[in-house]
Amino acid sequence: MFLRQTPLYDMHLKYNGKMIDFGGWDLPVQFEGMGIIKEHNMVRESAGLFDVSHMGEVFITGEKAEDFLQSLVTNDIKVMKDLQILYSPMCYPDGGVVDDLLIYRYNNQKYLLVINAGNTDKDFAWIKQNLIDGVSAVNVSSEYAQLAIQGPRAQEILQKISDTDLDSIKFFWFNPSVKVSGIDCIISRTGYTGEDGFEVYVKSDDAAFLWEEILQAGGDLVAPIGLGARDTLRFEAKLPLYGQEIDQDITPLEAGLGFFVKLNKDEDFIGKSALIKQKETGLNRKLVEFEMLDKGIPRSHYDVQKEGKVIGHVTTGMHSPTFKKPLGLALISIEYSEPGTEIDIIIRDKPIKAVVGTGLFYKKQTKTK
Amino acid sequence: MNIPENLLYTDEHEWISVDGDTGRIGITDYAQHHLGDIVFVELPEVGESFAMRDAVGVIESVKAVVSLYTPASGTILEVNEELEDSPELLNEAPYDSWIAAIKLGDKNDLNKLMNAEAYAAFCQNLED
Repeated sequence: MFLRQTPLYDMHLKYNGKMIDFGGWDLPVQFEGMGIIKEHNMVRESAGLFDVSHMGEVFITGEKAEDFLQSLVTNDIKVMKDLQILYSPMCYPDGGVVDDLLIYRYNNQKYLLVINAGNTDKDFAWIKQNLIDGVSAVNVSSEYAQLAIQGPRAQEILQKISDTDLDSIKFFWFNPSVKVSGIDCIISRTGYTGEDGFEVYVKSDDAAFLWEEILQAGGDLVAPIGLGARDTLRFEAKLPLYGQEIDQDITPLEAGLGFFVKLNKDEDFIGKSALIKQKETGLNRKLVEFEMLDKGIPRSHYDVQKEGKVIGHVTTGMHSPTFKKPLGLALISIEYSEPGTEIDIIIRDKPIKAVVGTGLFYKKQTKTK
Repeated sequence: MNIPENLLYTDEHEWISVDGDTGRIGITDYAQHHLGDIVFVELPEVGESFAMRDAVGVIESVKAVVSLYTPASGTILEVNEELEDSPELLNEAPYDSWIAAIKLGDKNDLNKLMNAEAYAAFCQNLED
């Protein structure tokens, strides 16, 4: 099958990335001489550089841009200030999730949506389908590359080559005109690792140069990080992944994302009535944390049972590099969701004991103040 | 890629060392390299009997779950319990980290395995 390449493809080969097919993209799962655990620890302890150019970018512009987005997503667009960023699910009328996205507000007539790679075409079609007069949507995904530099040393590294004081970019804010090594960049203090860090949007042609500049500025403090560690890092920070914690058959309320669903906002939005109804009648199932009591590693889609009866499934499970033990997230019947409840994870047809918990995951180090 | 001369190999990247009627089995350098960081090993039970190429255990890396197939038939004599607490030994020293010792059932099984030279050519072919 033909795989799509990001503008950083040559860099992945140069740094000996082990390339895999990731939803149709040819991307590195890990790098030679590092591996997922070392890369993971590098980000937790120092800094890592990620190619996330496969993410989609859509500009929403026009007089009614704010009204349109307010009707499209579950979070409250109207509280946003210029240069602020909002995280939000985007739902179907039945409350299932189309995607989760970041919304960058330039002003109330211009927004940038950052959407999941695998959902880009579906999302863009959904946006077009619901578009109102006075608003236009432009998919610019192929024009932009996205680099993420994440970790406790990320700021000091990026600062060395930036013309702007990065302290001026607070958590979930952005600056659309920073020069990094002379290159025009959009920089936000956001990420998908649970660490402090930045996401840098740059025109595709400049991506490889910028990649090298950041690695050079960071020296031994930074290394290229593959998709394997991206997943272990986001999982430990309990950040949802579309297709696992959320999808078209899981509502944001079930996934524990109720904070990002503003049922009391004045305007109607797609999915609002279904979600209000779900809230009123009560959830049937819920996303929970669990850890293993007996030996075994839980994995996505494994069944969860209680006394031989299926009560749900593992959304993500793995060996946690930080805690050096298996951890999991599972979507299970609400009646078994209390911390301390024993459950069985079905691993290779055998029930392996686990227990629902709370506070098992990584405490985010993001600079929320 | 390290491929010791004194071992026999399978096309599933297991090795076996033979001493009289006893074989010790493990995974190759190629296998550990391609699996990545190994975080879990499920060992067989001592006394269990297996046919050649039966799955006798499971190896999990951060991303992958694979079965361990015995290169020869026989009965499990001993397992390397150290791997339960330190599965990373399979990455660090794949040929020193035997997984199970087996009392060989039919030594003719060994004739169906590859020697180091043939296995090296087999791996080279996979990489091309």
